[in-house]
Amino acid sequence: MPIQYYIYFCLALFSIGIIGVLTRRNAIIVFMCIELMLNAVNLLLVAFSKMHYGAALAANPNTTAGIDGQLFVFFIMVVAAAEVSVGLAIIVMMYRNTHSVDINFLNRLKN
Amino acid sequence: MNAIIFSAIMGVVMMFSGILLQKKSAVTTTAIVSLLLLLSMNLLDSYSVFSINVNTHGLLHFNKFGLFFNSILIAATLIFAVLCGSEIEKTGVNVADYYALIFFVLCGTSILTSFNGLLMLFLGIEIMSIPLYILTGAEKRNLKSNEASLKYFLMGAFSTGLLLMGIALIYGATGSFALKVSTTMAASAGVLSTSFLQIAGLILLFVSMCFKVSAAPFHFWTPDVYDGAPSVFTSFMATVVKAAGFFAFLNLFESNSAILGPSWKILLSFVIVATLLVGNITAVFQQSIKRMLAYSSISQAGFMLFALYSNNDMAKEGILLYAVAYCLATIGFFAILIKVKDYTFDGFNGLAKTQPVMAFTGVVFLMSLAGIPLTAGFFAKYYMLASVVKSGGSLWIVVVAVLFAAVSVYYYFKVIQSMYFKEGTPEVAAISPNFKTGLLLVAAAVILVGVLPSIVLNWFYF
Repeated sequence: MPIQYYIYFCLALFSIGIIGVLTRRNAIIVFMCIELMLNAVNLLLVAFSKMHYGAALAANPNTTAGIDGQLFVFFIMVVAAAEVSVGLAIIVMMYRNTHSVDINFLNRLKN
Repeated sequence: MNAIIFSAIMGVVMMFSGILLQKKSAVTTTAIVSLLLLLSMNLLDSYSVFSINVNTHGLLHFNKFGLFFNSILIAATLIFAVLCGSEIEKTGVNVADYYALIFFVLCGTSILTSFNGLLMLFLGIEIMSIPLYILTGAEKRNLKSNEASLKYFLMGAFSTGLLLMGIALIYGATGSFALKVSTTMAASAGVLSTSFLQIAGLILLFVSMCFKVSAAPFHFWTPDVYDGAPSVFTSFMATVVKAAGFFAFLNLFESNSAILGPSWKILLSFVIVATLLVGNITAVFQQSIKRMLAYSSISQAGFMLFALYSNNDMAKEGILLYAVAYCLATIGFFAILIKVKDYTFDGFNGLAKTQPVMAFTGVVFLMSLAGIPLTAGFFAKYYMLASVVKSGGSLWIVVVAVLFAAVSVYYYFKVIQSMYFKEGTPEVAAISPNFKTGLLLVAAAVILVGVLPSIVLNWFYF
């Protein structure tokens, strides 16, 4: 499959994530949209990794080009997991105090 | 490498000290001793007396500038712990954990001062940010702290998403995560318009870093988060973390800005002017001093962005001086602010009569923030603007900056006015003589750097 398809697909996923973050009011759904953004990046990195591997393969059959892109994906997954644990803890803390996970509530901070 | 390893170890040590030590003050003492140790380890590393070397395969690159900058950040944290230690103890029950998180933040800043690739940039930013989300929400029962924490977390995670997308696009264009991207590699892709991908990636990186250092138009989270977070941690967030973010920003775009061509300066000057405008004009209208300081930190970010604009050696000296001046003055002034019960301007009325030492040192810190001569802030601003002139940049942006510096004098001096020229009885928490001595020492340092900025700079070249 041509690389363009992957790029368009990932950009579509990423844009859905951004639009979700900007428009949804439920903290959990905003959070899911952020995860969607990260996963779009993961997919794109893997696709690029394969593309660079394919391009380098013609010149050198033993090439390891593109391996770092796949490694990066693992780092993103680990960091995203750490971020989820902190983020859910924050949302739970907020829920305990207000019994709601609505983001509109954040506007109260602006005097 | 010393600072990265030892800050991580000391974070773990601090967690255990919470179990082993009964008294809260003992935990603070442990933290201060650990910070001293960390500072000396980092200094030993920068003088290459003793350094642990791990083969990082070019992911990290240690140079004097980065190590020295890291020393400044650790020293600022040390001053912060000495001045505000008693307040950290009052924030909540898990004092040892707060210090542990502060050490983990320092681990992130150590990575950010030495990264040599986009992978380490990402990891450094995340290691620095995730503990901060927790510190922001340290007051669990306080609704404002909760809100600030959630808001900071969502904004931080969102900007991380943008950062990662930028990195992925750059990777697609160049096939590597190296900081200095060679465009020769890019030809291998063949099927793609690589320059488009690379430029789109760099712009996403730029937007994401603007989020992190709270430059307009991506600043909107800053006032709410700085206002809602416990004041002690606001002080830490606004100084050490922000300075580290700027170092990473500068390092990232030092070589890559050429790819964007002439549009880079247009983009950057738009951001600088917007940041100065929003920061200074909004700060004028604030009723709460804490919120005013949040906006003033945005306007200081505008000045620090000049280092990216000029991008020469003088800009590097400037960002060093700015980090020193800004950290000292902000940490000092926050230490005073925390002691006062009421954060409005009226809450400071008549402080000079009841607490002359606090009021006097407060004046020194505010003058440094405003950039009045004979304080550190003056030379910091001077170096920034002079570097722009030296780089042959357009003069109009310097004029704009000077005008906004004049505006900033208004809201800083409003605080001085209420301290010295208004009657009132401010409610102030108990002040120990040690705290006063500490404040006087920090104020003396601010004036010393203001009179002889060469001390800092000579040290940099040692």
